[in-house]
Amino acid sequence: MANLKELSKNPVRVTSGHRLCAGCGAGIVARQTLIAAGSTPVVVTNATGCLEVSTTVFPYSAWKSPYFHSAFENAAATCSGIEAAYRSLKVQGKVKEDIRFITFGGDGGTYDIGLQSLSGAMERGHRMLYICYNNEAYMNTGIQRSGATPKGAHTTTAPAGKKHQGKSQNKKDLTQIMIAHDIPYVAQSYVGNWNDFMTKVQKALSVEGPSFINILTPCRLGWGYKPECTMEIARLAVETCVWPSYEVENGVYKVNVEPKVKKPVTEFLKLQTRFKHLFKPENTYILEEIQKSVDDKWTFLQRRARSTCEA
Amino acid sequence: MIKTVYSKGNLVAKTGNEIIAEALRQIEPDVMAAYPITPATEIVQIFSQFVADGIVKSEYVAVESEHSAISATIAASAAGARAITSTSSQGLCLMWEMLYIASGLRLPIILAEVNRAISAPININADHSDTMGARDSGWIQIYSENSQEAYDNMIQIIRIAEEAKLPALVAMDGFITSHCMEVVEIYPDADVKAFVGEYKPERYLLDVRRPYTLGSIDLQDYYFEHRYQLAQAMRDARDIVLDVAEEFKKTFGREYSFYEKYMLDDAEVAIVIIGSTAGNVKAVVKELREKGIKAGLLKIRVYRPFPTEQIAKDLAHVKAIAVMDRSDSCSGAFPPVYSDVVASLYSSGILNPKILSYVYGIGGREFCGEQIVNVYETLGKVASGLEKPSNRIEYINIRIE
Repeated sequence: MANLKELSKNPVRVTSGHRLCAGCGAGIVARQTLIAAGSTPVVVTNATGCLEVSTTVFPYSAWKSPYFHSAFENAAATCSGIEAAYRSLKVQGKVKEDIRFITFGGDGGTYDIGLQSLSGAMERGHRMLYICYNNEAYMNTGIQRSGATPKGAHTTTAPAGKKHQGKSQNKKDLTQIMIAHDIPYVAQSYVGNWNDFMTKVQKALSVEGPSFINILTPCRLGWGYKPECTMEIARLAVETCVWPSYEVENGVYKVNVEPKVKKPVTEFLKLQTRFKHLFKPENTYILEEIQKSVDDKWTFLQRRARSTCEA
Repeated sequence: MIKTVYSKGNLVAKTGNEIIAEALRQIEPDVMAAYPITPATEIVQIFSQFVADGIVKSEYVAVESEHSAISATIAASAAGARAITSTSSQGLCLMWEMLYIASGLRLPIILAEVNRAISAPININADHSDTMGARDSGWIQIYSENSQEAYDNMIQIIRIAEEAKLPALVAMDGFITSHCMEVVEIYPDADVKAFVGEYKPERYLLDVRRPYTLGSIDLQDYYFEHRYQLAQAMRDARDIVLDVAEEFKKTFGREYSFYEKYMLDDAEVAIVIIGSTAGNVKAVVKELREKGIKAGLLKIRVYRPFPTEQIAKDLAHVKAIAVMDRSDSCSGAFPPVYSDVVASLYSSGILNPKILSYVYGIGGREFCGEQIVNVYETLGKVASGLEKPSNRIEYINIRIE
């Protein structure tokens, strides 16, 4: 467990003054990640996206750690190149420090265009932590659907209209795809629980090989809620089991946050304008489908947690 | 016939791919990241074996695509490593986005390239469409006529790239050079290592005590200046190319420049060409000279940066010139080498030579002997005023209705 008193002594390596929106979850993710890393030197790589464009407007930078961005779909390959350079220069004695490597990508850069690069880097076993700050759509370009966009959500490329009610497909379960890579550490987390997330970052950085964290990161513009509600919305995603917080360490599942009372999905959906159209009487069936899908996934996860524990 | 020109040189029989792998072994980059593609695969295959056998200390990253190959190479370079990749054809096409990023970030990565036609239709044989497609990406491009040149170019390009702070590629023709066994003089490892030296970047990511941000968003208030600096770096790289060639000559004895002039100084008719076909043209020039025809050749070695003023000066006296492109631009205008040569002469105020555009050898199509003689015959007629120069692209050895 991360300790708040100790964490408060750690350097802050993502500074204020960046240009992310008020209430943006991505800034919280980046800041907490580097605080969790403590005083360990890290090199940060970043896929093109909100976090990148808002924190590096030349000639300014919000990053006090070495930071590198080159393109959209290649963040994991980029990090793997730096890690390979590190191994080479370390052996040659040209780099002395113990350095960790962290990549941030949005869901577009991770679920979709960067999936191949991510899969390759994980398979090759580079010691790197990939964090997907998942806001469930292409927010940087103006809220287009991605593979992470949930069913029923309105986006500008899968809008709600007279014939279609937002995205008609379910989101891709990327966390499961990463688990299938048999890497030492995979987790889902969410903005709004610093302890859950920062503990996971610390665990991820301590494993010898690749690690992956998929953190649900509300976007106030894309999801349509008041900027002060970011934490509340993310917590509701966990309390409704829309986005369970869990981890898989060397194949063993653990649900990290068990909701005391599993709330209906509508508690999460109703606060966001992206789901507004689902509350029309004729769309009740979509709400039912979403609830069923969440229930099925939750049951599956609990079963996995039980079975891998016993094993 | 190749002879040793360096006192400690050693003659070996190697294919182009083998000799490039040999150069890479001697250079021993910190990181190599690559993906297999015909006809360049052997380069990384042989190099991987060097890694597996512990012959080199390099980290080899066997990535899952060419896009990741160049992304990892760029990142390794930004991290402070000397980083190299290798590819051909579709691989270079897949790298396209990253080619511009490598130069834009001023990272001196190296690419061992084997020229191959690009799809569609799919074809694995030599032409220059792949690298010509990348001609304006801010990369230094050096072409090789044969394996000896490929080897020598690979040794020189490390220094050129790192001094210019520009990415750079060495190209050789697919199969013709990459798979053909030739006698090559190689130099002792220690001497190559001494010539190449150590990579010492000013700033790099793994220098964690001096953190910096690389790859920022750069808008209308700075972007233009940064892009200008890139273009200027390419212009400035011309002197670096010559300086490195000079030192290479002093060290290893072989002479290189932007291009090779073969019986050009008094030529009335001349071919301008890139790559392996220059060898065939030289044979024809020799024959024609024996018949009293003043034929010459200018073989371009350094295509980027393009030696505009020098080439204009050296072609000014030629009455008729055929610029041979091994790629077509499909633009409605003219192919790349022709366009660059014409622009160089025109901008230098040299308007006398008649300049003809030829496209040859696409997808590995034969171009030799009599076909080369025919080009010189046409040039002769144009030079003497018997024939008007064609104002369109002439395609050699093609079936057209």
